[in-house]
Amino acid sequence: MDARLPTDAVACPDCDLLQRIPALAPGGRAVCTRCGRLLAKQFTGSRDLPLALTVTAAIMLIVSNTLPLMELHVVGRFASTTIAGGAYEMWMQGQRVTSALVAFCALIAPVGYVSFMLVLLIAVRFPSVPPWAGEMLRWVGHLQVWSMLEVVMLGILVALVKIAELATVDPGIGMYAFGAVILLMPAIAVNVDRRELWRRIEWMEAPR
Amino acid sequence: MKGPALTAVRAGLVSCESCHLVSRPARADEPGFCSRCGEKLEIRRHGSIATTWALLISAAICYIPANMLPVLDTTTPSGSEGDTILGGVAFLYTSGSWPLALLVLIASVMIPLGKLVSLAYLLISVQRGSVKNSHERTRLYRIVVIIGRWSMLDVFVDTFTVALVQLQPLMSVAPGQGVLFFAAVVVLTMLAAESFDPRLIWDSVDSCEPVHG
Repeated sequence: MDARLPTDAVACPDCDLLQRIPALAPGGRAVCTRCGRLLAKQFTGSRDLPLALTVTAAIMLIVSNTLPLMELHVVGRFASTTIAGGAYEMWMQGQRVTSALVAFCALIAPVGYVSFMLVLLIAVRFPSVPPWAGEMLRWVGHLQVWSMLEVVMLGILVALVKIAELATVDPGIGMYAFGAVILLMPAIAVNVDRRELWRRIEWMEAPR
Repeated sequence: MKGPALTAVRAGLVSCESCHLVSRPARADEPGFCSRCGEKLEIRRHGSIATTWALLISAAICYIPANMLPVLDTTTPSGSEGDTILGGVAFLYTSGSWPLALLVLIASVMIPLGKLVSLAYLLISVQRGSVKNSHERTRLYRIVVIIGRWSMLDVFVDTFTVALVQLQPLMSVAPGQGVLFFAAVVVLTMLAAESFDPRLIWDSVDSCEPVHG
């Protein structure tokens, strides 16, 4: 039995209602007729924009993880830290589970998300999309849920204010790069047309 | 809309949760894997209600030590002192930054509590086959999914405080036992939200659609 249905048929992920996505005007959106969930969006940006944003995010992510995020000065003593340094200190202090969780949400998931997205966006530019692209896009979705850089940023700011009571704390160079990453992550999320990516992946696998 | 709503399950179809490809499974009881992305296909998330309850109850249990035990232990030459989450909020408030105190209070106390109550309400209403407020319940579920991650805030605050304030013998900060329970609350409620299937809200509506309208 041929299981393939028209590609414009979708079941709403929130209420399971079967419907067709109509042809959308540029910038137009399709929402579920029953529960109002956003089902599709017609993208207007350049085809190169998502890749440009992802490359920039990758560079900024490297900078923000290698240079100190914040520096502390008190009576001639100096200390600085990065995200990895934070997770490492938690591990050394005996909180291994929490340390692993921090490392995953603040480092592994965001780095995985950006690097998978980068490989994927380059891969779909070739005439034949590699067969692993679908698997990779699926992982991008899972990693995005656990990538919490915006929460990390707020956490760092609160920590800065708390410590500022005791010592002089300054944001390091890494902090500015980190700020750029925070703005780039949602920009990638809203500019990558996943429906279009999935459509391309499907076409490439159809002849098998 | 006239007549009962045509859902994927009524049409004998299954929608992939990952890539949203709609396909017709060979066997309804064992849909297999998505032909496009390889995700395991499920007509409804497997054991959704039981799994969500289990995760939710575990989270509720962890919520108590998370708030009672100190999340940070500060050691100075004059002695050692533990700070709970609410203690941290009080510290921020008395040091003059009430907006941050409010922020931490919302992220660390109110959001986890709100998630526990909201998910319990969603589960109970689905189990009782409620057909009322389906739109509002769906919206509530979406809010729970979106804001859940923000309760990780305190875990990150504690991590960076510990990482930076290691100025022995002047002052050093170590993570307390509470931080593990608090992180557990956040992760368990996030997993509970992931395992709850919002389509169950609408299944009750579908099953009594001809009467209901």
